[in-house]
Parts: sequence; structure tokens; C-alpha cells
Amino acid sequence: MSAGTSALPLVGRDRIIGYGLMVVAVLCVVGPFAWILMSSFKHQIAILTGAWSFTPTWSNYAEVLFGRRSDFVGNVRNSAVVASVSTVLVLVVGTLAAYSLHRFRWARWVTTGFLGWTLIFHMIPALTLVGPWYIAFRELGWYDTLGGLILTHVTMNLPMTVWLMMAFFSEIPPEIEEAARVDGCSPLEAFRYVALPLAVPGLIAAGILAFIFSWNEFSIALNLTARDTATVPVAIARFAQQYEVQHSQMAAAAVISTIPALLLMALGQRFIVRGLTLGSVK
Amino acid sequence: MHILNRWFKHWSLLPAVLLFLLLTIYPMANLVRMSVSTITFAGGAAHWAWTPLANLQLLTNDAVLGAAALNTAIFVVVAVAIEMALGLALALLVARLSRGKGLARTVMVLPILVPAVAIGSMWKLMYNYDFGVFNQALTAIGFGPVNWLGSTSVALLAVILVDIWHWTPFVFLILFAAVEGVPTDVIEAARIDGATPRQITWRIIIPLLKPALAVALIFRSILAFKTFDEVFLLTSGGPGTSTELVSLHLYKVFFEQNQLGYGAMLSLAIIIAIVAFLLVSRRALTLRAMA
Repeated sequence: MSAGTSALPLVGRDRIIGYGLMVVAVLCVVGPFAWILMSSFKHQIAILTGAWSFTPTWSNYAEVLFGRRSDFVGNVRNSAVVASVSTVLVLVVGTLAAYSLHRFRWARWVTTGFLGWTLIFHMIPALTLVGPWYIAFRELGWYDTLGGLILTHVTMNLPMTVWLMMAFFSEIPPEIEEAARVDGCSPLEAFRYVALPLAVPGLIAAGILAFIFSWNEFSIALNLTARDTATVPVAIARFAQQYEVQHSQMAAAAVISTIPALLLMALGQRFIVRGLTLGSVK
Repeated sequence: MHILNRWFKHWSLLPAVLLFLLLTIYPMANLVRMSVSTITFAGGAAHWAWTPLANLQLLTNDAVLGAAALNTAIFVVVAVAIEMALGLALALLVARLSRGKGLARTVMVLPILVPAVAIGSMWKLMYNYDFGVFNQALTAIGFGPVNWLGSTSVALLAVILVDIWHWTPFVFLILFAAVEGVPTDVIEAARIDGATPRQITWRIIIPLLKPALAVALIFRSILAFKTFDEVFLLTSGGPGTSTELVSLHLYKVFFEQNQLGYGAMLSLAIIIAIVAFLLVSRRALTLRAMA
């Protein structure tokens, strides 16, 4: 059955106006990106005078990445470690939990309780829990460690991962796994060799989103890291918060911080859009 | 292997449950304990004093909290209303164009995926009084510059505009997917019966979008309530308290004023408010589904 409003195309003058409005919307979204990209290639003096014609320079990037007073390469390394390790962990934990809830008969209170809790936890601001985390992590010696931050990011991304994976598992026809069971697969083997390979698109969608959300996360990292463990968003905020705002370096750092999202976007856009809208539509 | 198989159902859920217990349930229990205490740090160790009512008193006497709650309410209502309207209009429009859907979708995903801190940086540059693009444009057409982030009357609108730019695309994506899911036969049947495109849009498509609209509205309201990153970067709540949001206030109480006990009390109040909102909106959703 076909779907969508292609049966209702805009015609004549409306069509021209419609395309015009769409172009305006696209330009509104792209404009700020173009502006900061342009700023990142300006000398601080060209930014401060608001010049539109200027000689592009790499100096801001050089200063941010290799400057003697800049830790940005370390920040990028911290962010990369935290985002990739927490993504792997949340995929393992979340996929197992999603499969367990989807496939096996749990008592109602377990399912409702678990999923209800993921919803509540997803909705409350992370900042409400950062205080207790701070106290506990100081006592455990996890404050200012990448491991502590990774644990919080795994927890933060767990609700989304569980929901996404449950949605993807529920799209696998139950007959396939039943056939595998009849052929002598154990439940574990049915998961490992039948359900998991079929859920790979879900793993990609959840993985990309978890990586990006961890890479972007600011309010937890701001309060649980110090100089050596600071992540990229924390570093960018430092540029902006200095007594004299380093506009050109802030712009360059911000542009660098968008690279992973743009790369993953180019590679897996279909998965991302599916992941972002899945569950909200059904 | 045998044990793994036998207990697969149970051990597969266990890591997630443990994680939630240790990193969400336990900290929340701790919030309750903290909220009736005054905590001071001396010599690297935390000292807890039992002061059951002091934090509650701080909560009721907190003048900044009142301003923050009002700003947050304005922020959420204005930003989300405009995002819903713009996102819906754009979704209905793009769905009726034969080309450019892919482009629109690609572009609209971008603001959702880049760090909010980077978005804050962008707009901080664009809003700059001396050299920002907005004031350059205003000056070029003969108006005076506006102190976007530095004047008490404009700053809140300025941060709301950033939120609209950031999140209208999200509403668009959800509603666009829903519009693309409307069955074609319904629309064709209405056309054959002589309905105009306007009637089809208002009487058929939009009513069919209700579930997606409700989800987008609830998600956006709560996410808008949680907004922190961009505003921290743009204004940090200033000038004065004109852009102070509840989340920013909570951050300041916890980590700038080091009032861990009062911060916990504030956190609990926020959590209770959100759970209440969820319960009410869930009721509204199920009622609508039954009607």
C-alpha cells in the first residue's frame, strides 16, 4: 500500500512558492554553519572588524590543535575514548536487555517497571544526578577519571538503546527464531546466530546515535572531569568563558567538534533518521 | 555453556538492571538523604550534618528559583509552540513537493547531531554586539545595533530563537515521517469526493498526525525544560536573572555555591514535577487514544 501525500502535489504558483519556502528553510539551517565555518578561517582581527572579505588562514586550527597553551588534542582523545568505549558497552548491555524483555516471558511488573524507569530516567535532567555522582565518585576515586565518565554515559544512553533494539527485534518475524529452535538451537544460539545478525541495522542506528550523544554530552562532563579528562564540549565552553573570549579559536574548535557527526551522517544517514523517528511515530 | 543457556533470560537483563540500580536508583536515594543534610567539605572529606528543614526553607525562600521557573515556563511554551507550528508546516509542505525531500531531510538532521555547545558558539558569534551578523544586517538597513545577549528585555528571546533553530528540525523529522505514512488511498478517496487540498490537509492529514504530534509535543516540552548547554554558553543566565533557567540554577546551586544539600532538594522537586507531568500527559494520551 502506498503512503504519503504524493497524491496531493503542489501545482502552478503554489509549487514555486513551496520550493521557495523550502529553500529558505534549508538556508536558515545551513546559514549559521556557514557563518562559523567562515569565522574559523578568519584572524581574530578580521572577526572583530566584521570583515566579509578576508584572507583565509589555518592559524586558528593550528593554534587550537598545536598551540602550546592548548590541550585540545587531549580533549579530542578523551572524547574519542569516552564516546567509543561507552558506545560499545551500551550496545552490549542494551541489546541483551532489549532481547531479554522482547523474547522471554517476564512478569508484568518487571517489564513495566524497567521500561517505565527508562522513560523517567530519560526525561529527568542529568544535572539532578550529577551531584550524587560527584559525591560517590569522589569517595570511590572515580572523579576526574575517564572510566567514571564512561559509566555515566552508558547509563545516559541505555534507555534509547533499549527502546531502539526492542523495536528492531520486534520487526523480526518470530517464526525465524522458532524454526531455529526446532532445528536444535539453544536460546543463546538463537540470539547469537539468528536474532543478532538480523538486528544489525538497529545496532548501527543505536551505535551511531549513542556515539554522537556521548561525544556531544556537556553537563555531566563539565562537572565530573578536570583539566586532564575534559572532553571537547567542555574545552569549547572554556574558550567561550575566558575573560577575553577567544572567538577565532572557539569557532575553530566548534567546527572540529562537528566532524564526527558529519562523518557518521554521511555514512549512515538512513540509519540515523530511522533511529531518531522510530518509536515516536508508531 | 550450559549454565549460560539455562539462565540466559535472567543474565541478559542483569547488567542493565545493575547499571540502573547503581547509577540511578542509588543516587536518587542519596538525593533524599542529601536533601535533609547540610554537606560541607573539609580536608577532602565530606561532612554531613542532619538539618531536615533547612533545605526546604531555602527552597521556599529562593527568589532566583522563582525567576528561573518563570523564565523556563516562557522558554518552554514559546519555543515549543513555534517549533511545533513551523515543524508541522514544513513537514506538510515538503511532503507535497516532488523533489528535494532527501535534501531537506539531510539538512534538517544536522542541528540535532552537532554538539549543543558548538551551536552555542555559533550563535554567540552571530549575536555579538560589535561584529555579529545580525547587527551587521541591522546596521546595513539603517537600524541601530541590538544588544542581543546583554539586554534584559531581548536576551530571553535571543536564547529562545536559538532553541527554535536547534529543534524545529526534530519536530519536522518526526512529523515528516508521519505524513509520509498517511495512506495514499485515503487522500485519493477524499479527492474523488471533491475535497479541496486545504480540506484534505486540515480534516484528514492533520487529524491522522495526532499521535505523532502528541509525541513530538511531549518530547520537546521535556527536552526544552532540560535545556542547559546552549544557554550556559550564550548567557550563563544573565544579564541579571533574565535568562536564568531552572537547569542553570540547579547547576549553580550544586557546583558554584557548593550547596549540595539544597541542590538535592531542588533536584527532587524537579524530578517530582517531571514525573507528575509524565503521568498527566500519559493520561491525556490514553484518553485521546480511547476517544
